[in-house]
Amino acid sequence: MNGVPMAHGLVLAAVLFALGLAGLMFRRNMVFMLLSLEVMLNAAGLAFIVAGTAWGQAEGQAMFLLVITLAAAEASVGLALLNQLYRRFKTLDIDTASGMRG
Amino acid sequence: MIATLPLTFLLPLAGTLILAFFGARLGARGSAGVGVSSVALAALATALLAHAYLAAPEAQTLTLWRWIAVGDFQPTIGLRLDGLSLTLLGVITGVGLLIHWFAAWYMHGEEGVTRFYAYMNLFVASMVLLVLGDNLLLLFLGWEGVGLCSYLLIGHYYRTAANVRAAFKAFLVTRIGDAFLAIGLFLLFRELGTLDIAELLRRAPERWAAGDPGVELAALLLLGGALGKSAQLPLHTWLADAMAGPTPVSALIHAATMVTAGVYLVARLHGVFLLAPGVLWLTGAIGALTLLAAGCAALAQTDIKRVLAYSTMSQIGYMFLALGVAGFEAAIFHLMTHAFFKALLFLAAGSVIVSCHHEQDLRRLGGLWRRLPLAYAGFLVGGAALAALPLVTAGFYSKDAILWQAFAAGHGELLLAGLLGSLLTALYTLRLIVGIFHGAAGSDGARRAESGKGLAHGLPLVSLMLLSTVLGAWIEPPLAGVLPAPQHGPAGWHLALEVLAGSVALLGIALGAWLFLYRRAWLAERVAQGRGARLWRLWHHGWGFDAAYEGLLVRPYRGLVSGLRGDAIDALGQRPARLAGWLHGALSRTQGGKLRFYAVSMVIGATLILLVMVAAA
Amino acid sequence: MALIWLILIPFLGGLACWLGERWGEGVPRWIALGSMLLVLLITLGLWWQGDYQWPAGAEADAVPWALEWRAPWIPRLGIAVHLALDGLSLVLVALSALLGVLAVLCSWHEIRRRVGFFHLNLLWILVGVVGVFLAVDLFLFFAFWEMMLVPMYFLIALWGHSSATGFSRIGAATKFFLYTQASGLLMLVAILGLVFAHRAATGELTFSYMALRETPLSGEVAMWLMLGFFLAFAVKLPVVPFHGWLPDAHAQAPTAGSVDLAGILLKTGAYGLLRFVLPLFPEASQAIAPLAMGLGLVGIVYGALLACGQQDIKRFIAYTSISHMGFVLIGIYAGTELALQGVVLLLVAHAFSTSALFILSGQLHERLHTRNLGEMGGLWGRLGSLPGFMLCFIVASLGMPGTLNFVGEFLILFGSFPVAPWTVAIASAGLVLAAIYSLLLMQRVHYGPPRGEARLAALDGREYAMLLGLLALVLGLGLYPQPLLDTAGPAMQEIPRLFDEVAMPSSTAVPPGES
Repeated sequence: MNGVPMAHGLVLAAVLFALGLAGLMFRRNMVFMLLSLEVMLNAAGLAFIVAGTAWGQAEGQAMFLLVITLAAAEASVGLALLNQLYRRFKTLDIDTASGMRG
Repeated sequence: MIATLPLTFLLPLAGTLILAFFGARLGARGSAGVGVSSVALAALATALLAHAYLAAPEAQTLTLWRWIAVGDFQPTIGLRLDGLSLTLLGVITGVGLLIHWFAAWYMHGEEGVTRFYAYMNLFVASMVLLVLGDNLLLLFLGWEGVGLCSYLLIGHYYRTAANVRAAFKAFLVTRIGDAFLAIGLFLLFRELGTLDIAELLRRAPERWAAGDPGVELAALLLLGGALGKSAQLPLHTWLADAMAGPTPVSALIHAATMVTAGVYLVARLHGVFLLAPGVLWLTGAIGALTLLAAGCAALAQTDIKRVLAYSTMSQIGYMFLALGVAGFEAAIFHLMTHAFFKALLFLAAGSVIVSCHHEQDLRRLGGLWRRLPLAYAGFLVGGAALAALPLVTAGFYSKDAILWQAFAAGHGELLLAGLLGSLLTALYTLRLIVGIFHGAAGSDGARRAESGKGLAHGLPLVSLMLLSTVLGAWIEPPLAGVLPAPQHGPAGWHLALEVLAGSVALLGIALGAWLFLYRRAWLAERVAQGRGARLWRLWHHGWGFDAAYEGLLVRPYRGLVSGLRGDAIDALGQRPARLAGWLHGALSRTQGGKLRFYAVSMVIGATLILLVMVAAA
Repeated sequence: MALIWLILIPFLGGLACWLGERWGEGVPRWIALGSMLLVLLITLGLWWQGDYQWPAGAEADAVPWALEWRAPWIPRLGIAVHLALDGLSLVLVALSALLGVLAVLCSWHEIRRRVGFFHLNLLWILVGVVGVFLAVDLFLFFAFWEMMLVPMYFLIALWGHSSATGFSRIGAATKFFLYTQASGLLMLVAILGLVFAHRAATGELTFSYMALRETPLSGEVAMWLMLGFFLAFAVKLPVVPFHGWLPDAHAQAPTAGSVDLAGILLKTGAYGLLRFVLPLFPEASQAIAPLAMGLGLVGIVYGALLACGQQDIKRFIAYTSISHMGFVLIGIYAGTELALQGVVLLLVAHAFSTSALFILSGQLHERLHTRNLGEMGGLWGRLGSLPGFMLCFIVASLGMPGTLNFVGEFLILFGSFPVAPWTVAIASAGLVLAAIYSLLLMQRVHYGPPRGEARLAALDGREYAMLLGLLALVLGLGLYPQPLLDTAGPAMQEIPRLFDEVAMPSSTAVPPGES
């Protein structure tokens, strides 16, 4: 298969992952944190696809299906939590929700 | 007849129990009745025993039950009646009865009469056990029992902190002696395998040659116990403070009976002491030193009871001097006569104190001889006996016996101390009597003095007065066979010594009368300033022993206690706990519930692991 | 069969108390009292019937138990429910039952919250302690040893007092738990080590006390195993560097807890030393005897000094306990028959007098609502007969002849003197120190200027009876201790025999510097 070299795909995946991670670390709004998480998951999925295609293996795509499922489950649980969080604290700021004193 | 022997301590003990459980219902008069009658019955039992014993003087023992039986260790609750214990028994119950009776007058109208009599009866019971016990463990029971009662009675007026302190001091100082005695008991048991006194005296010469270090050590330890109880140097400091108790207590415990327990102990274990000539000499030397030191201190006291207290130490010093020259009989004889005249002096002092509305400072008394004739007579007779007025007083004969023994044993230095002591005795006695009864009254209390009335006041005083005269000296303690026979010095010298001793006493009395009656102002001037004042202060504070002990023992102990209060060892044990707590605090800070913090730390951790893996690869 | 009942009765009684709470506050109290009395009666019955004399002419390879009861538990590992009774355990079981009764009585009015659970704990402490005294299977022993901690922990943590200074009640309970638990684990390691050493030597896996006694051990192994046991018991006794839990636990515990602690739990430490450490490891014990006696001396002096500085009356008494236990330690390691008999007597005497003092301080607390000595003073005339009783028990604790404490202390000293004269001479100074702290307590509470004139409530019948009973025991046994001596005696003759066997090869058993 010709076209995009594997390295390019992997770099894109890494950049997406890093962006997602940075978003997760620096955003306080929970909606954005969930979005960042999705981005990171998809970055991982992209890496699987790229590698699978490069080596001609089907497992890459199978793993991507798994990642999508995981992402869907994560999104639904996350959104439910987000909903509850907003109802209880009237804010989406994750830090104010911390009840532990540490 | 011997079966009545236990009654002598069971009756007072029963008195204690009755007073302890039903005292509140009996009231003050009832309590006094129970307290006096129990001792009276004990005295009656003693009289019966004495009658039987004197008819057939033979030592008897009565074992009530075996106290403890473990292997060779078989002490009993066993009583032994012989001449020595009978003598002491007579003094305890006889003089004890008079004092109990007098106390009914003295304590009248005060609070705590029930408590007072309960302790007094317990004291009599313990003291009787002390002298009757046929083994050292039972003797130790009585020994500690009298110490406890002494503590309780000194602190009778418990609301005043000073009294409680005095009681505490008395118990503590004697307890130091008791610890020595206890070690002595351990040593004797290890070496001789028994605590039975008769058996002990039989085995001691078989086990030890005279002067053996083992027996010297044992005797020294026993002597330590005796010194504490009998208020001899250097464990004498408690007695003067012990005067905080009611005066009958001072008469019974701190003059007639308990303080002479040390003399009894040494006399009882004479077999051990005779094997230890070094310790025996030490006994005499301590006696002589105490005799002189306490005599001087008595000269500079202002409280009449403290004068008498120092006088007691000094007189017990005589007894120890006698013990030191192996004059055991003379010591016991002086113990008996001293019990009579010192009890008399204390009771008369009590009479004065109550009559003058609890005034006992010599400087604030005076001129009382007309108002308090009976007390005056008591002081005169008792003082004469104390100062050993020749021929007519009991004290003369007993003191003479001691001096003669010292002479016969060839202890010139002890004889000299004895003579000097008798000069001092005469001086302070005169000072005391003149101070109370002559001159001008120094306080309202003394001016409004009213003489005591009633049988309970008069009869004990008169009886003791009779006993303090030559009549008392006619009572010959039946000591033959129990104690070694007295030594016989060179014939003919005895009369000379008697004359010498008599003239020293007379000289002292004359000197005292001259000084304290006619040269008062001159004396007052002497002690007010300069060297005289320094000497007076030294003697007034009993040669500064209290201050020395305060600095050497009490204060370091207090410092130790307050230094350790926080329990340093426990604090050390808390270190790991403190460390764990600190670590807990530090680590729990990372679990702050900040989601982003977790994310960052995970990233950092993952990066680090990756780096390590890369580096390793 | 009676032995298992001694354990089952308080166990079931405890459950019944818990359930009985729903029918009213009084029910658990009466159930608890009844079961304690039943245990006491059974023990006294055993005492009455049994023969605790050493069988005639016994050189005795086996310890002759007066009673035995055995059931399999985990046979694969050689673990059995094996209970046995001899004179020593009988005396201590009887003591525990008696103090159990007192513990119920003294909390009759004091405890108002969760009465059922409280009595469950009281009774289960007894289960643990009686189990410890009876178990002769080491695994079972360990189980009971751990079991007695838990109810005691709850007793302190739930019904304790919190004081303004020092620990909270939960802190004290935790401290107590940690000290004993940690040392208990050491003992577990030592038990396992001993069992494996036994298996290595004989090929048999067993936890039986009698079998393990015969284990051949090399000197070094024996020393390490002995130390494991010793530490566990030393913490419980307590020996001085390990005593930290005691004052806090006592100060914070409710009266019944203090009574059980002082009267029963401390005794398990001494019992452990007598039953396990000395017979299992005679050589190693002999070797550390000078050290142990030294620790005993330190305990006597340290406890006495610390006691004088306390402001809390219960801490005060706790430190005096430490001082008394120093005598016990000296007696145990002197190892002569006289000293060991003294140890048993002193254990009993200390249980009586110290429990009585704790009961008294509980009563003072009920009346004055303070345990601070600084706020007492001059109470003699204001409290009816309470001060008189206090005087008697204080006098007992200072070792006045005529009381059982005296007999115990002096037997220890008489018995130890031939072995270690200098130790005894210094310990005798403890007699003086005992006088200091005892009288100090008396005069701080009852003498001195009173702080008020109002009379406080006098003792009621229950309180009076408890104190009078204890006093009668202290005095009665003090003048006639023979029943105790005869019962515990045979069991106590064993240790001197073992010590002599150790000393036989080399006759220089006297510790250096002490001859």
